[in-house]
Amino acid sequence: MNSALRILALSLVAIAPIIGTAAAQGRNDTLLVVTESGPNSMDIHGVGANRPAYQASWNIYDRLMTYGVKTLPDGSKMYDYNVLKPELAESWTIAPDGMSVTFKLRKDAKFHDGTPVTAKDVKWSFDRAVTVGGFPTFQMKAGSLEKPEQFEAVDDSTFRVKFLRKDKLAMPDMAVPVPVVINATLAKKNATASDPWAMEWLKNNDAGSGAYKLESWKPGQETIYTRFDDWKSGPLPKIKRVIVREVPSAGNRRALLERGDADVSFDLPPKDFAEIAKAGKLQVVSHPVENAFAYVGMNVKNPPFNNLKVRQAVAHVVPFEKMYTSALFGRGVLLSGNPIASHTAGHDLVPAPFKTDIAKAKALMAEAGFASGFETTLSFDQGFATTNEPMAVLLQESLAQIGIKTTINKIPGSNWRNMLLKKDMPLFINAFGGWLNYPEYFFFWNFHGQNAVFNTSSYQNPEIDRLIDAARFDSDPKKYLDDVRGFAKIVVADVPRVSIYQPLLDIAMQKNIKGYQYWFHRQLDYRQLEKQ
Amino acid sequence: MAVPGIVGVIVVTFLLNRALPGDPAAFFAGPAATQQAIEEIRVKLGLDRTLPEQFVYYVRDLARGDLGRSLTTGQPVVNDLIARLPASIELTLCGLLLAITVAVPLGVLSATRPGSIFDHSARLLTTAGVSLPIFFTGLVLVYVFYYLLGWAPAPLGRLDAFTTPPPTLTGLFLVDSVLAHDLTTFAASARQLVLPALTLGLFAMAPIARMTRAAMLGVLGSDFIRTARASGLGPGTVLVTYALRNALLPVVTLLGMVFSFLLGANVLVEKVFAWPGIGSYALEALISSDYAPVQGFVLTMASLYVLLNLTIDVVYGLVDPRVRIEA
Repeated sequence: MNSALRILALSLVAIAPIIGTAAAQGRNDTLLVVTESGPNSMDIHGVGANRPAYQASWNIYDRLMTYGVKTLPDGSKMYDYNVLKPELAESWTIAPDGMSVTFKLRKDAKFHDGTPVTAKDVKWSFDRAVTVGGFPTFQMKAGSLEKPEQFEAVDDSTFRVKFLRKDKLAMPDMAVPVPVVINATLAKKNATASDPWAMEWLKNNDAGSGAYKLESWKPGQETIYTRFDDWKSGPLPKIKRVIVREVPSAGNRRALLERGDADVSFDLPPKDFAEIAKAGKLQVVSHPVENAFAYVGMNVKNPPFNNLKVRQAVAHVVPFEKMYTSALFGRGVLLSGNPIASHTAGHDLVPAPFKTDIAKAKALMAEAGFASGFETTLSFDQGFATTNEPMAVLLQESLAQIGIKTTINKIPGSNWRNMLLKKDMPLFINAFGGWLNYPEYFFFWNFHGQNAVFNTSSYQNPEIDRLIDAARFDSDPKKYLDDVRGFAKIVVADVPRVSIYQPLLDIAMQKNIKGYQYWFHRQLDYRQLEKQ
Repeated sequence: MAVPGIVGVIVVTFLLNRALPGDPAAFFAGPAATQQAIEEIRVKLGLDRTLPEQFVYYVRDLARGDLGRSLTTGQPVVNDLIARLPASIELTLCGLLLAITVAVPLGVLSATRPGSIFDHSARLLTTAGVSLPIFFTGLVLVYVFYYLLGWAPAPLGRLDAFTTPPPTLTGLFLVDSVLAHDLTTFAASARQLVLPALTLGLFAMAPIARMTRAAMLGVLGSDFIRTARASGLGPGTVLVTYALRNALLPVVTLLGMVFSFLLGANVLVEKVFAWPGIGSYALEALISSDYAPVQGFVLTMASLYVLLNLTIDVVYGLVDPRVRIEA
C-alpha cells in the first residue's frame, strides 16, 4: 500500500514542475485573436475562398477607396456607407456625363516588396476580378463592372473606369473587399501559361500594399501579420503584430478571453455573448448585421404552401418573441415579418406586420381547406444549430396548434447549399445578409424572378421584378422610396417568407482594446484597433 | 500481408467519400453562386467525370504521391499531413507514455494485492477514465486546471502564441527543442502537452492496467516464481526481473492496439485543445465534404497501423527471446 502511494506521488511530482503557471502575456503591440476557423487562401479572388480569407485579404491588400466612419448614439463606431474615402486613390472625378470615373493614385504608395503602386497594377487586378469567374466576378457585376475593356490605365497614376450603365452601386462596389489592388509585376512573375492570373501563387503569398504584411501562415492553425511601416493609404495602425489562432472549441474561446489570454473573438454562441456582456469583465460591442435577417421560408411552388392562406396562417403563428428571447437570447432586432432590416432604407415603411394570433390562423387554415391540418417537414442548416435548433422546435410547437404536424429535418452544413439549390424544401429556417446596404440589393437576390439561389421560396411576381429593377436605377429619392415601399408591401402580402429577427454582430474584447469598428463584411479590421 | 489491406482501404475510402451527403462543388462555389458557377467548379474539381474515371485519376495521382488538395486549407493534402502528423504522434506518444507509467505499476501492485482496497481503487480509477467520453474529460480538465485554477496554459495548441516553434527536424517539438538546446521552448511545449496527454492517458490506462494485472496474476502463480522465491531471491528481483518481464508480452501486444485507438481518439482531444494534428484536420474536412483530406487521413492511418504492427513484432523479439530464436 505504502509503496503504491509512493509511486503515484512520485509520478505526480515528476509532472508538477511542467504544469507551472501560464502568465497572461500583456504585450501591448501584439493582438491575439481567436477564431473558429481560419483562411483557406490569401486571395479573395480564389476558388472557394472562405470568409476568414476575406479578413486576410482586407488587411493585406488596399482598395482604391474605402468607406467613412460614423459614431453611433451608443458611442460605438461603424463604417458609413454614404461616404467613400480615399485609400490607394488620392482623389477621383466622375465625368460630366456620369459614364466614367477617373482615379488619381497616391504617388507614395508602395507594395510590400517596395515597388510603387501604379495604374497598371490596378488595371491588372480589376481585369482579374472580372475574368476569373465565381464569387469575385459575380460581386463586381453587382456594380455593373463586367468587362476588362471598362478599365484603363491612362498613365502611371491615373486609372479610369468606364460605366456600362448608370448603376448607383458602381462606386460603392469598388470599396468592398473584392476589388483589391495586387502587385501585378510580382504576380505575373509567378504566373504560368496554364495559370495566367497566378491563382496558385497568390493563394499562399502576399502581393499587397495594405497596412499589414503576412508574416506566416499555417493553414488550419495560425496566421500572423506584421505592420507594414511604409503604409501611406491611411494613418499608421497602432498594433504592430496580429496573431490569429484557430481554436475550434467555442467553450475554450470563451475561457481564453475570460482568463485574459486572448484579446478578441467574434465566434461565440449568442448565449455566451449575453452572459459575458452581463458579467462585465470583458467588453462586448454589438451592431445589428446590416441588411440581414433570419426567416421562416415556404416553398410557394408546391402544395400546401402554394396556397396564400396557408402561408398567412403560418405567419400568424410564428412565435417571434419566444424565438427572439430563448433562441437568440435577445441578441438581435425583432422584425416580426418586416421584410427590411433596421438601419436600411425603407425599414419603417412596413413595421412589424404580423402578430401571433391563433384564432385568425385557424380561420385562415379552414378557408384554405386545411381545417384538419397537414403534415410536412421543417428543415434547417445544422451548421447553425445553436440558434436554428431551438427556433425549429418552437416553430414546430406553434404550428401544431393549427394542425400542421412537422418533422424536423436537420441538414448537415455541407449539404445545405445543395438543398437550397434544389428548391424543394417545403418549410425551412434560413438567413440572408447583403454586403451593400440597399433594400433593392437584398430583394434582387431574394425575391426577383431571376430566381437566384437565395430566392429560396421560388417566388415569382412580375410586379415585384418591375419595382426592384426601377429602384436599382432610380435617382429621384421620393420615387425610390415609393418603389421600396411597393416591393416591401408585396412581400408582406404574399408571404413567401416571414422575417423573424435581424442578428447582432457581437465581438468580445479585453477592456483595453479600443477603436473597434463594425464593417459590412463582418471581418476584423486590424488597422483601427489599439491596446491601451 | 499489408499490401492487400492498403489497396482495400484505397477503394473503400474512395467510395465512402463519394457516398457522403453534400456537394463539394456547391459548398465551394461561394455564397452567391449561380448554377453555372457551380458547374464550373464541378468541372474544375473533376467531379463531372464518372466514378471509375475519378478513381483512375485518383490512383494515378496517388502513385505520384499526390493526395489531392484540401479545399478547407487550400493546400496540397500531402503538405498538410506532413505538417500535422508529428503533432498527433507527439501527443499520442505522450499520452501513451503517461498511461504506461501510471497503469503498469498500478497493474503490478494490484496483482500483488488482489482484492485489497488498493486493487479496488485502481479498478475504479481506470474504469472511470475509460468510461468518461474523451472530449468530456478534456473539457473538464480545461475547465478545472486552466479556467478555474489557472495552473495549465491556455488550450491554444502546441505552443502559446508568443513562443516560436523550434527548427523542424523530427517535427516533435519536445525532441526538436532539445536538439536545438532551447529549454524555454521545451518547457513551453511540454506545458501545452500536459492536459491533452493526460486526457488521452486517462482513456488508455484501463486496458493497460487490467492487462498487466491479469498477466501478472498468471505469472505470479506459476512454478518458476515459486522456485525463485524458494531460492531466496528478493521480492523486488522476483517481481520485476522474473514476473514482470514474462508478463510484458501480452501487454506489449495490447500497447499496439491501444496506440492505434489512441490515434483515433485523438480526433476529439485535438478539437478540444486546438491541437493541430491530423485528427482535427480530417474532422474539419469531413464537415465540409472535402474528400481529399479524409482520404489522405485514412490512408495515413492505414499505413501507420501497418508500420506499428511491424514495430510490435520487432519489440516482441526484444522482450521475449523465444520469438527471436524460433523466427
